[in-house]
Amino acid sequence: MYRYDEFDQDFVNARVAQFSDQVERRLAGEITEDQFRPLRLMNGVYLQLHAYMLRIAIPYGTLSSKQLRMLAHIARKYDKGYGHFTTRQNIQFNWPALSDMPAILADLASVEMHAIQTSGNCIRNVTADHFAGAAADEAADPRPYAEILRQWSSVHPEFSYLPRKFKIAVTGAERDRAAIQTHDIGLHLKKNAAGELGFAVYVGGGQGRTPMVAKKIRDFLPQEQLLAYCTAILRVYNLYGRRDNKYKARIKILVHETGAEEFARQVEAEWDALKDGELTLPAEDIAAIDTYFAPPALPPRPEGDQSIKEARLDSKSFAEWLDQNVITHRNPDYAAVTISLKGIGEVPGDASDSQMDAVADIAETYAFDEVRVSHEQNLILPHVARADLRAVYDRLVEIGLATANSNLISDIIACPGLDYCALANARSIPVAQNISKRFADLERQRDIGELKLKISGCINACGHHHVGHIGILGVEKKGAELYQVTLGGSGDENTSIGEIIGRGFGPDEITDAIETIVDTYLAVRTDRAEKFLDTYRRVGPAPFKEALYAGETKAA
Amino acid sequence: MKVLTGNRLTDGEAVWYAPDGTFAETIVGAELASDKAAEERLEAIGKRAYADNLILDVELIDVEVIDGAIVPQRLRERIRAAGPTNRTDLGKQARPAPAAAAGFDGGGI
Repeated sequence: MYRYDEFDQDFVNARVAQFSDQVERRLAGEITEDQFRPLRLMNGVYLQLHAYMLRIAIPYGTLSSKQLRMLAHIARKYDKGYGHFTTRQNIQFNWPALSDMPAILADLASVEMHAIQTSGNCIRNVTADHFAGAAADEAADPRPYAEILRQWSSVHPEFSYLPRKFKIAVTGAERDRAAIQTHDIGLHLKKNAAGELGFAVYVGGGQGRTPMVAKKIRDFLPQEQLLAYCTAILRVYNLYGRRDNKYKARIKILVHETGAEEFARQVEAEWDALKDGELTLPAEDIAAIDTYFAPPALPPRPEGDQSIKEARLDSKSFAEWLDQNVITHRNPDYAAVTISLKGIGEVPGDASDSQMDAVADIAETYAFDEVRVSHEQNLILPHVARADLRAVYDRLVEIGLATANSNLISDIIACPGLDYCALANARSIPVAQNISKRFADLERQRDIGELKLKISGCINACGHHHVGHIGILGVEKKGAELYQVTLGGSGDENTSIGEIIGRGFGPDEITDAIETIVDTYLAVRTDRAEKFLDTYRRVGPAPFKEALYAGETKAA
Repeated sequence: MKVLTGNRLTDGEAVWYAPDGTFAETIVGAELASDKAAEERLEAIGKRAYADNLILDVELIDVEVIDGAIVPQRLRERIRAAGPTNRTDLGKQARPAPAAAAGFDGGGI
């Protein structure tokens, strides 16, 4: 894992001291809210419906046990005993007092964490494949590059006042688990024919009120050019991105209005001036960062096969969890485990302080002290010996985190919605909870197969509804909640934006509507192997529309 | 009818202006404005509370009085007055005080 050097620690400590002073002056009435607001946002402090909210950065979703224990401590001491993991691989606390922020940030700094750049029109937390460094299918670990980007973008003077926020994601595998095509910049780390590492560069993806799939503007960027090329992109955006209209200020609008080809030409021209200059990454610097992310020494554990075989026979629920929540590791004696934060009827992404502590303990004992947060709001143990899977499972059962639903319909992404968020128009969490309860039966979920359901409580799309196989968008209509359904979205290497299927549904209709959609899929799929998304792409919206609305047309 | 609401600077707690001149942690007993003059008075109080660095996000919101209880018209404000609908153990609804009289019924989901 990356460890702060002296510079990092001094910088974060200095920021804690600076913000503590700002909080003190604000509480003393020496600075106004208009003056303070941009300062608190730069430090991740929002004001929501019930209280302040603190969003803490978890760079590329990687946490040590010690850091996770600190998050548990903050939940317990300063909040109400839980935290909410987000689709940017961050964590949010929903109830902290402003007067406690200095103490919280000091606690975070003691474990090399902070909340800087989790808000504002700057480069936000860089996200990465949550299986990075463990996945069998990756060309290389994307996190060293995410860390290089983090260092480069932290309080970057040129890019701290962009037209709008800016999000970067990196994946190192052909199978995109980081949703790079929905990002302002998406980077796909890969090898060229000569075996050299570089990136396919995507620009101008995003969700929100104008969803766009990113355009590939370069097929292979040599790795040493990463910062020069990203600087070129940001410069073009900073210069031409619209500052006159908040809703047209993201780079996706600029790329769309300029045209991808012309935009790419402008970036390349800018890059020409920067190429091979001081932003070129020296090989030894990349290697130095790389060493921080060296995989743990994984001792041979060949007994895994036999112990799993026995455990499978011993417990059906373990076998189901194994099939659903455990994936192949690059080392055949090991596996990567998804800890579902989507227990049936639970709040997607929420974990209690005691659950966080327990996961930290499990990671320390069985997973080389490392935990990941996925953008799908689950936790990951990236390196677990197959021989230890049963023990890990048993520990997860004890803390209520062994739900075997990874990638199934109850593995829902949901934003906090109107239950917490000042921007929301409708609730998300209760919708997710009800759908989860309706499809509680695991056998039924497994029969339905892979189905990514994503819910947002407003058009800002924090719940990624545009790229849900089934997406749900909550809106307010005539003072009541209404839920619009989109179908056919996807956030992987074949990214697509879901299409609105028809009129929206009231809070008491939406669960039934989802069930109708699922039943329609089951009726029209060719066989069990044809996934929901594949079926939708084959048959289109017609059968789903028919099932949802035919009665109305006839009645009309 | 309208009431004056906002969030307290120190801890972000949702509060409502009460007839005793304080910002109370519950909407129960908030001062009601039922004509333009009363609204303007509350608006001025809100502006002053903001300028005095006491209250943020100051707003006059529409409410009804149902069976003697003040009920905000918008769901957003009903949730602010009660707490998260999925966690009735949190927020004002979890307190022994008569905050439940905010009249939020769970909202039908």
